[in-house]
Amino acid sequence: MCLGVPAKVIELMANDVARVDVNGNQTEISVRLTPEVKINEYVLVHAGFAMEIIDESIALETMQYLEELLQYE
Amino acid sequence: MSEISDYRQQLLQAIQTEKATVSLMEVCGTHTMAIAKSGIRELLPPNIKLLSGPGCPVCVTSQGDIDAVIEMARQKDIVLVTFGDMMRVPGTYSSLQEERSQGADVRIAYSPLDALRVARENTDKEVVFLGIGFETTAPAIAITLEQARSEGLSNFSVFSLHKVVPPALELIFSDPNINVDGLICPGHVSVVIGVEPYEILAHKYKKPCVITGFETMDILEGIFMLLKQIKQGDAQAEIQYRRVVKREGNLVARQSIEKVFKPVEARWRGLGVIPDSGLALREEYESMDARLKFNIPDMEEMPIKGCACGEVLTGKINPPDCLLFGRACTPLNPVGPCMVSHEGSCAAYYRYTPAKGRG
Repeated sequence: MCLGVPAKVIELMANDVARVDVNGNQTEISVRLTPEVKINEYVLVHAGFAMEIIDESIALETMQYLEELLQYE
Repeated sequence: MSEISDYRQQLLQAIQTEKATVSLMEVCGTHTMAIAKSGIRELLPPNIKLLSGPGCPVCVTSQGDIDAVIEMARQKDIVLVTFGDMMRVPGTYSSLQEERSQGADVRIAYSPLDALRVARENTDKEVVFLGIGFETTAPAIAITLEQARSEGLSNFSVFSLHKVVPPALELIFSDPNINVDGLICPGHVSVVIGVEPYEILAHKYKKPCVITGFETMDILEGIFMLLKQIKQGDAQAEIQYRRVVKREGNLVARQSIEKVFKPVEARWRGLGVIPDSGLALREEYESMDARLKFNIPDMEEMPIKGCACGEVLTGKINPPDCLLFGRACTPLNPVGPCMVSHEGSCAAYYRYTPAKGRG
């Protein structure tokens, strides 16, 4: 029920609507809950709404942490 | 992505060497599915138990509420728009799917905004959206209601069966018959509510809580973080799912829930009536409250004979321990809601547990 799908914002339109890309499929969602979102950012989509902006730096940080962990193994 | 699979392997090994006897509970249907699908439960040593809690909104909806919705769908000139999960949930005498086959106008939508479109296109009919879900879904419904009001759509209303998670968690922690040492907290509910509600619970009941994501690696990391806290005698609320969940949650979403909904007592399947665990429309939005608009009475609770969904939802038994599981109750012919919903514990067990493990 609380399923969320990551999507990339490709166009910001009027009335807090954005066009997003989900694995190559494009759809329109509401970005009323994430007013600060910018083009090219990833958002978590649930029931046609962007719920939160996905923090790419933390995702990348985790990857770096993994690499470090493996180096010191 | 070999780094990820190596890290996953390391996490699993660290968890498998754990000797303490520990019960961890997840309270999110998406976790139930992810755990069943990934096979994590089978990979854990027998001393680490994973329980499923009341994390599936469809499953925790009380029988009386389901009967009330079905009753409403039967009314003439009502178009009921719902998320797909609700269609096959059995009421005492019928389901929405059966009602549709009998001529009721019941439609499935992915977003509540789709229901607004139905209302704009059918001004001669009353369009009711069935609002069901936790804090993840409530902001979407709140914004849809605001939008309907600003457009002056007088034929749109919501039947709110929304629930909030923290009061149910408090009940789980305080029930002496439910043995839980730590909580795998729901990732997407927490996107909205943030970490604070779990901090209160963790401190009050001295049990660690970790907000966890949905990839196999996320879940293993969440379990690892919980085991580490238990070992050190800690009881903190932590966020594993940091790429999406902020400490304070989503303030805009929280404010929109606050603006449109008020907390009310709600009945949960398996848990009973919990104060302040439901969301009803505030007075300013009462004209869009379908329960009031169509005068839908509270329906009596009619328990399903033999169904143990209530015990399953509180982690008291595992799905295969139910006498109906896999025999009288299967995904094709479900008796209780936990077998109907794609993310119900029984459906997840049935789909992904090898037949010999199904009991």
